[in-house]
Amino acid sequence: MSAIIHGAGAATALSTFNSKKLVARSRTNLPGRSKRCIVAAGSDDGSKSFGSSSLSLRHSHKLIANNAVATKADTSATTGHELLLFEALQEGLEEEMDRDPHVCVMGEDVGHYGGSYKVTKGLADKFGDLRVLDTPICENAFTGMGIGAAMTDLRPVIEGMNMGFLLLAFNQISNNCGMLHYTSGGQFTIPVVIRGPGGVGRQLGAEHSQRLESYFQSIPGIQMVACSTPYNAKGLMKAAIRSENPVILFEHVLLYNLKEKIPDEEYICNLEEAEMVRPGEHITILTYSRMRYHVMQAAKTLVNKGYDPEVIDIRSLKPFDLYTIGNSVKKTHRVLIVEECMRTGGIGASLTAAINENFHDYLDAPVMCLSSQDVPTPYAGTLEEWTVVQPAQIVTAVEQLCQ
Amino acid sequence: MCLCRTLLIQQIRGSSNAILVKEKKPTNSLLITKEEGLVLYEDMILGRSFEDMCAQMYYRGKMFGFVHLYNGQEAVSTGFIKLLTKSDSVVSTYRDHVHALSKGVSARAVMSELFGKVTGCCRGQGGSMHMFSKEHNMLGGFAFIGEGIPVATGAAFTSKYKREVLKQDCDDVTVAFFGDGTCNNGQFYECLNIAALYKLPIIFVVENNLWAIGMSHLRSTSDPEIWKKGPAFGMPGVHVDGMDVLKVREVAKEAVTRARRGEGPTLVECETYRFRGHSLADPDELRDAAEKAKYAARDTITALKKYLIENKLANEGELKKIDDLVEEAVEFADASPQPGRSQLLENVFADPKGFGIGPDGRYRCEDPKFTEGTAQV
Repeated sequence: MSAIIHGAGAATALSTFNSKKLVARSRTNLPGRSKRCIVAAGSDDGSKSFGSSSLSLRHSHKLIANNAVATKADTSATTGHELLLFEALQEGLEEEMDRDPHVCVMGEDVGHYGGSYKVTKGLADKFGDLRVLDTPICENAFTGMGIGAAMTDLRPVIEGMNMGFLLLAFNQISNNCGMLHYTSGGQFTIPVVIRGPGGVGRQLGAEHSQRLESYFQSIPGIQMVACSTPYNAKGLMKAAIRSENPVILFEHVLLYNLKEKIPDEEYICNLEEAEMVRPGEHITILTYSRMRYHVMQAAKTLVNKGYDPEVIDIRSLKPFDLYTIGNSVKKTHRVLIVEECMRTGGIGASLTAAINENFHDYLDAPVMCLSSQDVPTPYAGTLEEWTVVQPAQIVTAVEQLCQ
Repeated sequence: MCLCRTLLIQQIRGSSNAILVKEKKPTNSLLITKEEGLVLYEDMILGRSFEDMCAQMYYRGKMFGFVHLYNGQEAVSTGFIKLLTKSDSVVSTYRDHVHALSKGVSARAVMSELFGKVTGCCRGQGGSMHMFSKEHNMLGGFAFIGEGIPVATGAAFTSKYKREVLKQDCDDVTVAFFGDGTCNNGQFYECLNIAALYKLPIIFVVENNLWAIGMSHLRSTSDPEIWKKGPAFGMPGVHVDGMDVLKVREVAKEAVTRARRGEGPTLVECETYRFRGHSLADPDELRDAAEKAKYAARDTITALKKYLIENKLANEGELKKIDDLVEEAVEFADASPQPGRSQLLENVFADPKGFGIGPDGRYRCEDPKFTEGTAQV
């Protein structure tokens, strides 16, 4: 099948993250980067060597088709179909299951129930109860089972009903998922995808509102990505399944009903790349997942006040796309990180360190990081609102940094 | 070793007998042929010599860290693994040298791994507690107890998936080895449930050597009879004398056959004993001398030798030692090079793009320093 390069999908112009419609806006080309969403057509072979021929410089990496789309992405054109984010995940998953019979799903209530957020709806009817496996409630065991299956040629997609439940699978994720490729001297690959909804929802209580990306980020040998739009949800799902590495795909409970028009043709999003949401000149705002929408909401206010923020959805939580981020820092000289992780030890903390290490010379101001409070997420609505970063705080931070 | 008996596995239903067996009247046919007997003997003697050599090498400073030796338990490894094919899988714990050897990993590869050399089965990256072999389907080698059992369950799941979804001709089974201490761990119970529920082709083998480092099995377990826990999950539970390789083999045969036929898992509790301490760092002061002597007298190798000679299956001359193989392995490991710096980052990811994109726009793994192992990642 031919895979097609696309520009990075619709930019968002939302008033709230609950809005059902996303308007696609045509993007101008960024200098030096002509392709953003790249199809990884084949994976590198072998664990012990990687020929430089298979990994050329990205900006010259040419992919298949002659009918590759224009680099001016205007996806509001006549092609494409509209769907919700959870449907986009399902579409990506279903396409990969059609493509490769080794891809299977396991998790609680993924089969007959269709998934607690309906991501696997209908798949059990189509593919059967063994390919879409309803497991008992034993995260550690079924995650380990997925890892054992991956070592023996299957490609499981393991669902945590809520990401927080995967704390019970930490032994398997840390010791086996991340490390077995290394401790076996490269003999066994673990091509699993571990996915599920996390983040702060609507008064779900402390334990159902966790952000596990901060706990998992130190595990060597895994990759972490966070989706935020139907477009990148489908693209990242497909890329994660095709990757030979174990990938943890973070979804957000509040983003499942986002609607967007996505291409009819097949596409994949690069796992290691960040997404340029809104180019700008004055300040770089780095964010991911739900906070992207708070940032874009703040951006509207900021634009009205005369600021020109550059918004990047980092998407790849581990490893960071230091090229996209670096180019932005070199242009704007100011960085604001907006995340939903806790203040202590979160993704923002690591990102701050990485930026300071690599781009210190380009900074005109210290990197500022807005994170959630180090507080178990309270049940009460008012308290919950104050634990996460709100658009007003983002506006204030930008004003402060740009003085 | 006693008269030839054939043991059949019975569903234990609320019985309080330790072993419920149906004994056939002894016939003239022996349990094993000469060829089989020699294979069993050589495998056990290889395991024993290898572990003895490990102790020597450790105290000479050739290997480091935690090394857990298998002396005394050879009957379990040999009894089960010598019935398996190359495509069947074995999952073990940190006490895995002999499981790897029985499964077919060469003594050279295991010894080199212990010495931390590139020629080791895991390129020196795993060590004593992580013996892996893709070729021989040795799925590790795990340092935390219990964490290999779900992996074994996954391998068994693949076998079922290949048969039922991919429509392949696959009757591979998986054997998971673990100890008495593990049987108080949640992962064990979760996997018993899963395996019985999906009727997976797996055999759970408990090597009950009565001690988890210094914790006696009786002090840590409310009901010490582990085989009884199988029927609670809907699978047969069997208790067998783990110091007798022929008994273990008979039980193993039936369990493996059950699994291959798609009849599901079996829980086998092998009563066995480790002659040495938990690891080479363990002074082994808590165990009673009398208990040690009792089990030393039931040494499986001595017993099999006696059986083979008494039943005229082999003579002394044929039951030679195989020190040569182990000594050669040591020489090979000694002569092998240690891993170079370039190996440091190589196997972290199957797809090294996982190290991400550097500030210069190139993937980090394209940086020449990456192959030297000095790159910043």
